[in-house]
Amino acid sequence: MMNMLQTPGRTQIAWIKAALFALCLLPALRLALGWQDDALGANPIETITRASGDWTLRFLLITLCVTPLRRITGLNWLLRLRRMLGLFAFAYGCAHLTTYVWLDQFFDWMAIAHDILKRPFITVGFAALVLMTPLALTSNAWSIRRLGGRRWQALHRSVYGIAILGVVHYWWLVKADVREPMLYAFALAWLLILRAWWRELERRRQQSMPPPVPAYKGRVIRIVPTGK
Amino acid sequence: MLIQRPSDILASEITSRALFENRRRFLRDAGLLLAAGALGSAGHRAEAATPAATRLGPLASSPLSTGEEKTSYKAVTTYNNYYEFGTDKSDPAENAGRLVTRPWTVRVEGLAARPRTFDIDELLRLAPLEERIYRLRCVEGWSMVIPWVGFPLASLLKQVEPLGSAKYVEFVTLYDPKVMSRLPVLDWPYTEGLRLDEAMHPLTLLAMGLYGEVLPNQNGAPVRLVVPWKYGFKSAKSIVTIRLTDKQPATAWNKAAKHEYGFYSNVNPQVDHPRWSQATERRIGEFRKRPTLMFNGYAEQVASLYQGMDLRANF
Ligand code: HEM
Repeated sequence: MMNMLQTPGRTQIAWIKAALFALCLLPALRLALGWQDDALGANPIETITRASGDWTLRFLLITLCVTPLRRITGLNWLLRLRRMLGLFAFAYGCAHLTTYVWLDQFFDWMAIAHDILKRPFITVGFAALVLMTPLALTSNAWSIRRLGGRRWQALHRSVYGIAILGVVHYWWLVKADVREPMLYAFALAWLLILRAWWRELERRRQQSMPPPVPAYKGRVIRIVPTGK
Repeated sequence: MLIQRPSDILASEITSRALFENRRRFLRDAGLLLAAGALGSAGHRAEAATPAATRLGPLASSPLSTGEEKTSYKAVTTYNNYYEFGTDKSDPAENAGRLVTRPWTVRVEGLAARPRTFDIDELLRLAPLEERIYRLRCVEGWSMVIPWVGFPLASLLKQVEPLGSAKYVEFVTLYDPKVMSRLPVLDWPYTEGLRLDEAMHPLTLLAMGLYGEVLPNQNGAPVRLVVPWKYGFKSAKSIVTIRLTDKQPATAWNKAAKHEYGFYSNVNPQVDHPRWSQATERRIGEFRKRPTLMFNGYAEQVASLYQGMDLRANF
């Protein structure tokens, strides 16, 4: 049992992934059923816009939790769930945009263009989704090989910026009560600080190590051991 | 043509029509309805957070009412902005039950010859109650059509005889931290204001009911303002003091974000809110957005109040 948790086998991973996939679909399923039953409140389009936006941001943050969780628990296989979580963030982001373009604005492209250019909160949300697109497109083994691990990693580090844009988007759209966006901001800040702290530890460790490692002018190359 | 013919529908009929708007709910409540016998309004009460409401009447109909389809009682009473009871639209219906609306008095004071305090029961008898079916446009881009019950605010203000020096009217609403939010989301108590001529305008309503019944707490019981050509937040809820002043009163949302919410806040599709467009709105219950009308469709009655004013600067 313990062993299985430490290093699940191929089929076990497949099952875990399938279960996680179903779990990630639940929020969407709930919205779809709610729409059908007219159970999304007086303003169902607003309910869907908000729920899809919430889940985009939540999945982004959940994705950012994978590395710290793996490091703290030592369960390296958690890393194998990260791609799916990131892609779900993108999928909910696309659903969020579709809700806005279709249900909310009903393809009023003038109004949409106007919103993107003139409403800072929409500009920022749009930028976040645009920046997520290359990450989604390169979330496959072929792209990693094609780009090379280091370049791929550099590209995917933009996820931190994207998450910040997501929080700013939320912060700017609330009228007065910033408690919820503040919660997300705290969660994100915590995740970023944790990484900065580990990076600093790694830097110190490399510096205190005697020469064998060629000193790259004191610069840090890897944040965490890749485990490969 | 913006002024509609007087609606010849009785208040009691309106209530039962609201029931039919949602067949599913109607069927579920059918048993309740039978139990309620002749009181045809009991069915929808099962949905409201407030205890059994009291019918108001008899109600005169008004030529100022719109003939547009009314928003369902359920939507009107479950989708509310009343930040003292929480910032989600569903919070007020859940939390406003704690509000004690009786005894209740409204103090009318300031630059008036005969300032005095009115008891809520006295207010209800102060002038003939009318049903006014008005459009309500929220600054957030949604709208409703609501059958209010009340009388023109002017009827109340005349009782205290405003002095010639009175230029504005300030509305102070209840803030009771025992039952309301203690978070400093806005600078409590919520205050609003109108110019005296706006306050005296025949469209400006002091409302004590909706759908022929006493106001549910989440809608601003026991007495609120309704100014149909301005964004909804101008229509202060649960009013305790009305003050005649010579200076433009500070208003809650203006204090919170003065570039976003001006003193006038007239519905104006040409002047966008900095964070969203005001050109269109979603009528609750409808799918597609519809164009927003100047002064929320009341231009014929109120445009003259603002003649010569730059409505972009005085947003
Ligand atoms: C494609 C560009 C995007 C557009 C046009 C857009 C638009 C919107 C709109 C119109 C709202 C509702 C505002 C309101 O109800 O007042 C909203 C809410 C929200 N959006 Fe976006 N958004 C975009 C991208 C994103 C992205 C990428 C994220 C996450 C990283 C995100 C997260 C959120 C969140 C958390 C909310 C608030 C939900 C709530 O109120 O509970 N959005 N967005």
